[in-house]
Amino acid sequence: MKKDYSKLWTLFKSMFMLSACTFGGGFVIVSLMKKKFVEELQWLEEDEMLDVTAITQSSPGPLPVNASVIIGYRMAGVVGSLTAILGTILPPMIIISIISLFYEQFRTNTYIAIALQVMRAGVAAVIFDVVINLASNVLKTKRVLYIVMMIVAFIATYLLGVSAMIIIFVCLGIGLLDLFITMQKKRKAV
Amino acid sequence: MLLLKLFFAFIQVGLFSVGGGYAAIPLIQEQIVNIYGLMTMEEFSDLITVAEMTPGPISINSATFVGMRLAGIPGVLICSIGCIIPSFCICLTLAHFYYKYRTVSGVQVVLGSLRPAVVALIGSAGASILMLGLFQSDIFSATLSNLRIVELVIFLAALFILRKYKASAISIILGSGVVGTLIYVILGAAA
Repeated sequence: MKKDYSKLWTLFKSMFMLSACTFGGGFVIVSLMKKKFVEELQWLEEDEMLDVTAITQSSPGPLPVNASVIIGYRMAGVVGSLTAILGTILPPMIIISIISLFYEQFRTNTYIAIALQVMRAGVAAVIFDVVINLASNVLKTKRVLYIVMMIVAFIATYLLGVSAMIIIFVCLGIGLLDLFITMQKKRKAV
Repeated sequence: MLLLKLFFAFIQVGLFSVGGGYAAIPLIQEQIVNIYGLMTMEEFSDLITVAEMTPGPISINSATFVGMRLAGIPGVLICSIGCIIPSFCICLTLAHFYYKYRTVSGVQVVLGSLRPAVVALIGSAGASILMLGLFQSDIFSATLSNLRIVELVIFLAALFILRKYKASAISIILGSGVVGTLIYVILGAAA
């Protein structure tokens, strides 16, 4: 893996901007990162970004921080990790520190409430854009197993409220089974 | 030693909050309200409101809010650092092994089966936010009468711009915030 320190500033700037504009849970920032690092900057491959998401989901701690650690490490080793973390945590630290001093004014301001509400529509659009690309790539694999897994996993999390951790671990089990079967087939072929 | 207490409390929050931001909330409550008695339950509910309304990961937001309220800027730094130390160590190790072995064909097969799941998880998060944005509720209690037209128009316009012109995510989010607020202000003035 080649380390490229010239990218540190872009890395910091990207993480800072993404973190400053991300409302909602961890998967929101993951779709923003996918758009930024895979589509806009072309630093990562799409599969790699999905793997990183699976890893971040199965490790403890805040998802955006986990993703920053791994993407940072990929771009510039441990220095990259630290740079990416700093970019991710600075905006919330600054914003919350200020808000905690003016909490009452903030909570009762109508314009802030409206802006936060309408921004959700924009965030949803960004996630949908990313998901359309990702899902069409899963369909392109033409593997029935993957397509069924995607649909079942969606129904399980969204409609039945199954936790993301459980989804990841079940799919990990299916993956290991898949590997076992592939190896058996290969052995028979030899 | 308030700072030391906070530091250890947030290391535990970082270490045990597996599976996203909302998993961290009960842990923070446990540590800060129940075990150490550093905040009242009322202050804690303020904290959740702020953490949800502002950008950034919920656990970092909470760490900052608790730190600022209890110990000022040093508190902010101590709580946030405590919160990310476990993530940093664990993810760095995982990243190292991932990049070492990811080209091995067996690992590829296993990772391949995780990818459709991740796509579904991201899709599910998107669907929840869309419901919240358009109906201010989840899919089970959404009715056509509380559909918010302005948000729907913004969503469709934003999606169109993203698909057609490949606009950046940040310009779309900030843009929808500004345009949407303006529309509401104009509608409010006209009414």
